[in-house]
Amino acid sequence: MSEIFEILLSANFWAASLRIATPLIFGVLGALVCERAGVLNLGIEGIFTAGAMAGWMAVWLGAGLWGGVMVAAIAGGFFGLIHAILTVPLGLSQHVSGIGVTLFATSLSYFIYRTALPDVSSPPRIEAFQPLDIPVLSDLPFLGTALFQQTSLTFLALLLVIVTAYVLYRTPLGLAIQAVGDNPSAVESQGLSVYGLRIGAIVAGSAIMALGGAFLTMSAFDAFFFGMVNGRGWICIALTVFASWRPGKALIGALLFGAFDAFQVRLQTEIGSFIPGQIFLMMPYVLSIIALVVVARRADYPRALLVPYFRGQR
Amino acid sequence: METDGSQAVPILKLDGITKRFGALTANGDVSLELHRGEILALLGENGAGKTTLMNILFGHYVADEGKVLVGSNDGDLSALEPGSPNAALVAGIGMVHQHFTLAENLSALDNILLGTETLSALKSARLPARHKLENLMSRSGLTVSLDTRVSQLSVGEKQRVEILKALYRDARVLVLDEPTAVLTPQESDTLFATLKKLAEDGLGIIFISHKLAEVLASSHRIAILRAGRKVADLPSDGCDQRQLAELMVGHEITETVREPNQPGAPLFVLNGIFAGQGRDVLHDVNLELKSGEILGIAGVSGNGQTMLARVISGLETAARGSIQLEGVDLGKASVRQMIDSGLARIPEDRHRDGVVGAMTVSENLAIESIREPENQRFGLLRFTELRERARNLIKSYDIRCQSENSPARLLSGGNIQKIVLARTLETEPKVVLAAQPSRGLDVGATSDVHKRLLAVRARGAGVILISEDLDELLRLSDRIAVIHRGVLSAAEQTEKLDRGTLGLSMAGHSEEDAA
Amino acid sequence: MIRLEPRGPVAVSRLIGVSFAAAIAAVVLAAIPMLFAGLSVFEAYGLMAKGAFGSLFAFTEMLTRATPLILTGLAAAVAFRAKLWNIGAEGQLYAGALAAVAVGTGMISAHPIVLVPAVVLAGALAGGLVMLGPTLLKTRLGVDEVVTTLLLNFVILLFVQMMLEGPMKDPMGMGWPQSEPILDEAALPKLMARMRIHWGLIIALVCALGVYFLLKRTVWGFEIRAVGENANAARHAGIPVTATFVRVGLISGALAGLAGVGEVAGLKGYLTADLSPGFGYSGIVVAMLAGLSPIGVVFAALFIASIFVGADSMSRATGVSNYLADLIVAMALLCVLVSGLFLRFKVHLVGRNARKEAGR
Repeated sequence: MSEIFEILLSANFWAASLRIATPLIFGVLGALVCERAGVLNLGIEGIFTAGAMAGWMAVWLGAGLWGGVMVAAIAGGFFGLIHAILTVPLGLSQHVSGIGVTLFATSLSYFIYRTALPDVSSPPRIEAFQPLDIPVLSDLPFLGTALFQQTSLTFLALLLVIVTAYVLYRTPLGLAIQAVGDNPSAVESQGLSVYGLRIGAIVAGSAIMALGGAFLTMSAFDAFFFGMVNGRGWICIALTVFASWRPGKALIGALLFGAFDAFQVRLQTEIGSFIPGQIFLMMPYVLSIIALVVVARRADYPRALLVPYFRGQR
Repeated sequence: METDGSQAVPILKLDGITKRFGALTANGDVSLELHRGEILALLGENGAGKTTLMNILFGHYVADEGKVLVGSNDGDLSALEPGSPNAALVAGIGMVHQHFTLAENLSALDNILLGTETLSALKSARLPARHKLENLMSRSGLTVSLDTRVSQLSVGEKQRVEILKALYRDARVLVLDEPTAVLTPQESDTLFATLKKLAEDGLGIIFISHKLAEVLASSHRIAILRAGRKVADLPSDGCDQRQLAELMVGHEITETVREPNQPGAPLFVLNGIFAGQGRDVLHDVNLELKSGEILGIAGVSGNGQTMLARVISGLETAARGSIQLEGVDLGKASVRQMIDSGLARIPEDRHRDGVVGAMTVSENLAIESIREPENQRFGLLRFTELRERARNLIKSYDIRCQSENSPARLLSGGNIQKIVLARTLETEPKVVLAAQPSRGLDVGATSDVHKRLLAVRARGAGVILISEDLDELLRLSDRIAVIHRGVLSAAEQTEKLDRGTLGLSMAGHSEEDAA
Repeated sequence: MIRLEPRGPVAVSRLIGVSFAAAIAAVVLAAIPMLFAGLSVFEAYGLMAKGAFGSLFAFTEMLTRATPLILTGLAAAVAFRAKLWNIGAEGQLYAGALAAVAVGTGMISAHPIVLVPAVVLAGALAGGLVMLGPTLLKTRLGVDEVVTTLLLNFVILLFVQMMLEGPMKDPMGMGWPQSEPILDEAALPKLMARMRIHWGLIIALVCALGVYFLLKRTVWGFEIRAVGENANAARHAGIPVTATFVRVGLISGALAGLAGVGEVAGLKGYLTADLSPGFGYSGIVVAMLAGLSPIGVVFAALFIASIFVGADSMSRATGVSNYLADLIVAMALLCVLVSGLFLRFKVHLVGRNARKEAGR
C-alpha cells in the first residue's frame, strides 16, 4: 500500500501523467471536432503516424521545431481531406474510408521514411522540444515539477482545449458545426453549406490529431520508430465517446488515462517481477474498452454521426 | 376575402417551372404568382409535385426549365439564382418544411441565429438577437422559450421556431409545407389566425396542403397541382370542397364506405400497459378490440403512438401490464411469437421498418415467413416456391414492379405498402395493427389500403388503426380512442364523435374542461 | 462538384468491372511512389510480375501468401455483409494460431486424421470466441464494435507475446520467444513437394464456397443479408437480429482464426509474435475489393498476394522498401471505394451552381 501512496504523492508521477496525456488530448480534440460535425474519422491512427513522421522529417531536414509542427498539421489536414472527400460529398462508408486512410497514411509514412533513410541501423535523432523553464512557476515546490516542466506542445494542447471549447460553444462557426452533426438540413435550410462545414471540420480535426503524432517524435522522443503510434489513435476514438464529445471532459478523460498509465508503469517497477510485463502493456487497451462499456448505455452520439447527407434527400 | 394590391407587381413569380426525375415529370411548366399580403394555398394530392415545386423555389433543387423571379421593394422583378438556398434566404423567402429542419442539440435562439452571422465572427451576438426576437414574438404572438433546447420543445413550439427563423431574416415570402399535419384542429386554427395577421402586415404566404377544408377557410387564392401540372388557379371565394376535390384528383371520387357491422367478442386486450421513457411513453394504457371491428387511435404525433405500436408489435416489452390475444398472454412475446399468434403489423415508417430496400420483392414478401416449411427445408431456401408465391401475390395485390426479382427500393411508396399488406394479410391474421397506413400515399393507393382494412374487418378480424388523419379515422373506425401524452382515453362510438371534440381531447382537454 | 443519381439493379459484369478498374488504378498510381524512390517504373513492374508469376516457385509462393488473405477476406466480407464491423481479424488470426499451437504441440497425441481436424477446429473456435466478446458488447450494451475489435488486436498480440515468453516458450528455442514446433501429425500437409504451398489453401477455397452457399442459399444467409441491409425492417419482420449478429460474429472470427491455423500448422510450423504482417487488415481490403462477394474474395486475395510477393521480390532486387506493397494495397482500398460509387449511382459532373455553392 505504501508504495501506491508514494507513487501518487510524487510530483514526477503527475508530470508523467500530463506528458502521457498530451498526444491523447490532441487526438481526442481532433476526433471530437470531426464527430461533432457528423463524421467518424478512423483515419486517426494513420494520421498520428503521418504527423509523427512528417513533423520529425521536416525538422531533420532543417526546418525549425515549430516548422515541423506546421508540416505535421498540414500532413494531417491532407489525409483528413482525403477522408472528407470520400465521406462527405461522395457519402461513402465512414468506417471503411477511415480504415483506408489509416492504411494509406501509415504505409505512405513508412515508405517515405524508408526511402529517405534506406540503411540506417539506429533511427537518426533531432533536437526535440525541451521542457520550458517558466520563471517562478517552474520553481514552485511540487506544482512546479508536476505542471510547469512540460514542453511547449503540452501547453499548446491545453490551450487548444480552451480554444476548441470556445469556438464550439460561443461562435457562429461552432454552432454551425454542432448543428451539422445533429441535423444537416437545419444547416442547409439556413443557407450554410453542409459539405463546406463538414469538410472543414474534418480537415481541421485531422490537423489537430496530427499534432498528437508530432508530439511523439518531437517531444516525447526525438526520433521516428515503426509502430510507435501503437493504437493511440484508436484509444482516442474510445476516449471521445467517454468524453461525450465535450472538450473539457476530453481533457479530464485524457488526464485520467495518462495518470493511470503513469501509475501502472511505476507500479510495474515496484511489483513487476511477479507479473509479466505484457499485462501492464495491455492495460491502456483494456482500460479503453472498459471506458467504452461504462458510458455505452448513456452515450449521447451526435444524431447525424455516420449518416451521409445528399442534397435534396431529406 | 380581399387581396390588397392584387393589381401591383407580384413579390414572387414562378415562370414555366419544369423538373424531371428520370422518366417522371415532377413539375411540368408550372407558373405561379404571389402578391404582398396574400395567402395562396397550393393544393394537390401526394405526389402531385407540390413539395418539389417549393424545393425549387427554395434552391434545394434546380429546375430543368423555367425560372423563379422575386419582386424587390420598389417593384422590379429579378431572377433568383437557381440551386442556392442562400440566395432564396437573401431574397426574403423563408420556408417551413414539413419535417422540421432544426438542430435538436441547440437552443431555439441558436437555431434561429444559425447562418445569420458570418462564420468568421469571433463571438455569437446573442443579446441583440434576443431583443429583436422578443419584439417579433410579441408582435406576431408566436411565443417560444428561446433558451430551451429544441429537443425539449413540443411539435407546435418547434413549428413556431421555424416561422420565427423566417421572420428573423425579414422574410417577405413565407412558404409552409403541410403545416397542419402535426397539429390538432385547435392548434391549426391558431396557426391560421397568426398567418392571417402576418399577411395583413404585408407578408406573402404560400401554404401547401391536401386538406380541402382548411384550404377553403384560410386562403385568398388556391392553385391546384395534379400530376405535376397546374390545373387550376382560382380565388377561394365561391369554391366548394367537391369542386376542389375533383380538380385535385382528376375524376369523381368514390369514398370508401364502412358497412354497418355488429362487432363480436373481445379479441385483443391491453391491460394497464406502462412502457418507454422520455417523451415516447405509455401510461396505464387499456384497450379492448372486438372481432369485426376497426378501433381508431387518434392523437397528435409524438404522444406515444410509436411506443404503442412497438409494444403491440413485440419490438418493445412493456414494463408493466398485460397483452392478451384470444385470452393467450403475449406480455413477454417476441416479434416472432406475435406474428405466429396471428398478429399482423403495418409499420408507420414503411421505408425504415417495412421493407429491406436492397432485397428483392420476392424476398421482402417472404421475410416474415422465411422459417416456415413452405419457404425452407433443412435451413435451405426453396427458391422456386418463393418466386412462385411472390408472383401470385404481385398479381393479387397489384404490386407494380418489373419482376419479383427487382430490389424493393425501386418501388413507389404505394407499392411498397402493397408488399407489406400482401405479406401480412395473406396469412389471414386475427388482429391487424395498422400504423399510419396511408401516410404519404396518393388517393388511389390510400383507397386500396382502406378497402383492404375493411375487408379484414368484414371477415371478422380486428383492426387497430393508429392515424393522425382525422378524416381517415372517422371514415373507417367503429370506435375511436385518443392518445395524449401516453394516456389513452376510453374508446367512443364514432357516430358520437366529431372533429371538434376529438381535437380537444387530442390537445389534452377532457370533456369537463370543454364544458 | 458532382451529383449522384441512384441506379437500378446492378449487373454482375459491372460489379466485376469496378473491382478490376480499382485494382488497375491502384497499380497505376503506384508509379508515383516508384518514381519518388527513383525506380524505372516499367522495370519495377516487370520485376514484380516476375516475382509473383515468373516461375512455378514464385506462383506457389503467391498462392501460399493468398491463403490467409482469402480467409481474413472472407471474415471481413461475411461480417460487413451484416454491417458488423469486425476490424479485429488480426487478433482473431493470432488467437487461432495460438489455439492451434496449444493443441498441436503435444497436448493430445493422436493419428493425423484426428489431430489435424482437432487443430483446425481449435483455431476456428478460438477466433470465433474472440469475436464473440465484441459482438455481445454490441448487441447487449451498444458498444461500438469497431473500436473494441481494433483495441483487442493489441491485447491479443500482447497476450501471445506473454505466452511465448512464458508458459508456451520453446525450451529448445535458444531464448527466442517462440512456441514449440507443431507435431508432424498435427501439421497441415504440403500440396507439392519442395514447395511451401499447403492444405490451408484447400481449406480457404472450401470456406469461400461455403460462405457463398451460406449467404445465397440458406435461411441464415437470408437473415444475415436482411439484417445488414436494414436491421430495423429485419427486426420488425421477426428476424432474430441479435442471434444473427452472434452467428455472424462467430463465423467471421472463426474464418480469421483459420487463417492463423494455416500460417502456423501449414507454413511456419511454430508460432512467433510476428506471424502476420497485417493479414487481418489486408483482409478488409480484399473483402472490399471483392465487393463483399465470397467468390470475389478468392480473386481479390490472389491480386493482393501477388502485389505482396511481387513487391518483396522487387524490393530484394532493387533495394527499394517493400512498404511499397502496403502502399499499393491501401491505395487499392481507396480506389475501390471511389469506383464503388459508379455501381450505386450515375455520377454527373455539375457545373456552375454546385461550384458556386462550394465556394461560399
